[in-house]
Amino acid sequence: MKLRSLFAVAAGMLMSAAAAAETFTFTAIPDADESRLNARFGKVADYLSEQLGVEVKYIPVKSYPAAITAFRNDQVQLAWFGGLSGVQARALVDGSEAIAQGYEDQFFKTYIIAHTSTGIEASDELPEDIKGKTFTFGSKGSTSGRLMPEFFIRDTFNAAPDELFSRVGFSGDHSRTIAQVQSGVYQVGAVNYSVWDTEVEEGKIDTDKVKVVWTTPTYPDYQWTIRGDVDARYGEGFKEKVRDVLLNMKDEDLLASFPRKSFVPASNDDYAPIERTGKAIGLLD
Amino acid sequence: MGIKIHAVSTGARYRNLSLWFALVAFLSLFFADIFLYQPDPWEEFGRIGWGMITPFWPDADELLMSALHTVSFALLGVAVSAALGVLLAIWFHWRIVRVFSAVIRSVHEIFWGLLFMQVFGLSALTGLLAITIPFAGIFAKVFSDIFHQQSSATVDTLSGSSRLSRFFYAWIPQAWPAMRSYIRYRFECALRSSAILGFIGLPTLGFHLETAFRQGDYSEAAAVFWVFLILIGTVRFWFYKKLLLAYLLGALFLLPEMPPVNASFVWQFFTQDLWPGSLLNGDIAGALRWYGNVLADEVGPALIQTIAITQAALVLSGVLALAWYPFASRWLVGRYYWLGRFKLLVLRSVPELMLAYLFMLLFGPSALPAIFALALHNGGLIAFLLANHSQDSCAQQRQDSPVGLARYFYQDLPQRYPAFLALLFYRWEVIMRESAMMGVLGIATLGFYVDSAFEEIRFDKAFFLILVAAALNVIVDSLSRRLRKAAGLKTPRM
Repeated sequence: MKLRSLFAVAAGMLMSAAAAAETFTFTAIPDADESRLNARFGKVADYLSEQLGVEVKYIPVKSYPAAITAFRNDQVQLAWFGGLSGVQARALVDGSEAIAQGYEDQFFKTYIIAHTSTGIEASDELPEDIKGKTFTFGSKGSTSGRLMPEFFIRDTFNAAPDELFSRVGFSGDHSRTIAQVQSGVYQVGAVNYSVWDTEVEEGKIDTDKVKVVWTTPTYPDYQWTIRGDVDARYGEGFKEKVRDVLLNMKDEDLLASFPRKSFVPASNDDYAPIERTGKAIGLLD
Repeated sequence: MGIKIHAVSTGARYRNLSLWFALVAFLSLFFADIFLYQPDPWEEFGRIGWGMITPFWPDADELLMSALHTVSFALLGVAVSAALGVLLAIWFHWRIVRVFSAVIRSVHEIFWGLLFMQVFGLSALTGLLAITIPFAGIFAKVFSDIFHQQSSATVDTLSGSSRLSRFFYAWIPQAWPAMRSYIRYRFECALRSSAILGFIGLPTLGFHLETAFRQGDYSEAAAVFWVFLILIGTVRFWFYKKLLLAYLLGALFLLPEMPPVNASFVWQFFTQDLWPGSLLNGDIAGALRWYGNVLADEVGPALIQTIAITQAALVLSGVLALAWYPFASRWLVGRYYWLGRFKLLVLRSVPELMLAYLFMLLFGPSALPAIFALALHNGGLIAFLLANHSQDSCAQQRQDSPVGLARYFYQDLPQRYPAFLALLFYRWEVIMRESAMMGVLGIATLGFYVDSAFEEIRFDKAFFLILVAAALNVIVDSLSRRLRKAAGLKTPRM
């Protein structure tokens, strides 16, 4: 009797695991405003669920590596990655694919910002004066806060950041990069342009203290990446369906969570420049 | 290590030991990456201050749920690790058990969490293991120390019986009051650890605290922080021993759901991801070169920073603890002692990483903010324990005891000093562990490189660096044990 009830429990657990596998799960870290992720992306999950006809769940994560891990472990099947984290994730999961990017992500850019006390003036070239200053990137794995600015800095000066600057930090977040340069903790920093523009509009930045001194050339950034095995698991043509649903997301309230104007098609090839850059500065093998 | 404890009076022994540590701390300052910048932080401080007095959280359910998750992880983690700790303590006379316990407690909860996250995802299991494993190692050590301090009279009556019976019928019942009080103290630590695990994504209070603080939403950060402070400050009002079983069942029920675990992935993680490619291909020379490079480029400089920061923070913690504890003892400062107690509650509850950020605003980025943050946090914790000792011992004071400063310097301080030193020695390995963690701020300690390795999805390197950090901790732990023994210091009461 005891053994039989044990089997019943085990069978029940297996069945619930099978049922759980039917749920389509995604994660997303927006580049600005990570507050109330559950509430905001819960709405996105509801929209996807309604359009796709499967149960869709959102799980919040803290960082790009956590998102990559969740994607690799199949804890999520779809993820809104940054440029670099998308490349890293797709390298780990065979057959995974970039299916859509934000409209803005086709020509993303980074601002180099400086505290006004440094006297560095805005220019079309990366200013020579940033040498010898203290410098902060954003998060270590961020495309706009680390990868691309580091690439352009190396490209211009032919030296690694440690050699160029008197101290190199990683603030961990674009808003914090701005706060740190504004309060003079670091003299110069690299920040995602859209976060900067938004904060200027909202009046959060004291432009007497911190200003943009250089803008990088454009590069591709955030994108939706989906696992390769979704068609087999959720039905033929599921991947295409997800792509269509994302491209047709028009509700401004939903798009504001990312925050993007709309989504446009993307492919793995669009991110080849990011992969090359990652390899060039030793972040990718 | 050339520290020699001469055969002199107890007082002189303590004095010499203290002076040696102060000297080492002073010398460390020359090695630590210290630089004083002059930022302009007042606007940011204004925002933080305003946030602290205008706490705000839009969704009460969300906050309540993460508070409950925080308690659930802590409760279950302590329950399981205390049981495991007892088992390990029983066989603590075996070197292998001692080394095993030292190794598992030498890895910081966050690092355990990051490792398990790769295998079990953001699940209840990751959180539970991240607390249970290091705590089991800590319980093993402290329980074993407690057993050693018991009188052996009871045990002698059971001389013919097995080791297990001797423990369960004699040692444990006799040691139970001390064990219970230690478990209670550990529960508060577990609440902190559980909250901090939110920093890497588990659904505890730290999740919201870290996000809000990092993004400069200080009113929201303050709301989470006050909830956390109240939770810790009121444990004795909401925790009823008699309801323990009900609490544990409730905690089990409240844990976040567990996603399916892919067994082949677990296998791949342990057999491949943790090891460098050359080693897996059988290229031993290549693997040695790889390990050599990591040692030279990252481990070497990081070790110097980690040790220098630790030694400086350790001594500063001690100085602060001695300066602060009298203000939290009713017998030394009178009825305003609660103010001092509240200050210590705040200091030991604010996560060190946040303290470090505040100091970074003040002094700019260098090892200095890390030293201050570690010292404030640990100093606050030691002062709290010392204040408790002081209050308890003063219950049996004579009426003609001195008062005020005289009482502090000529009576209370000399009485507290052995416990103070012992507590500081206990905290030594903890500070070492935490200073390795400070690396996530961008100060190049071991944690900085571990964090980078995880960020670059280089688990082989992360794993190796964690092993180095663990080895360093094991060394400090054994050094601390020897010094305590040489100085004749007993296990302090927590």
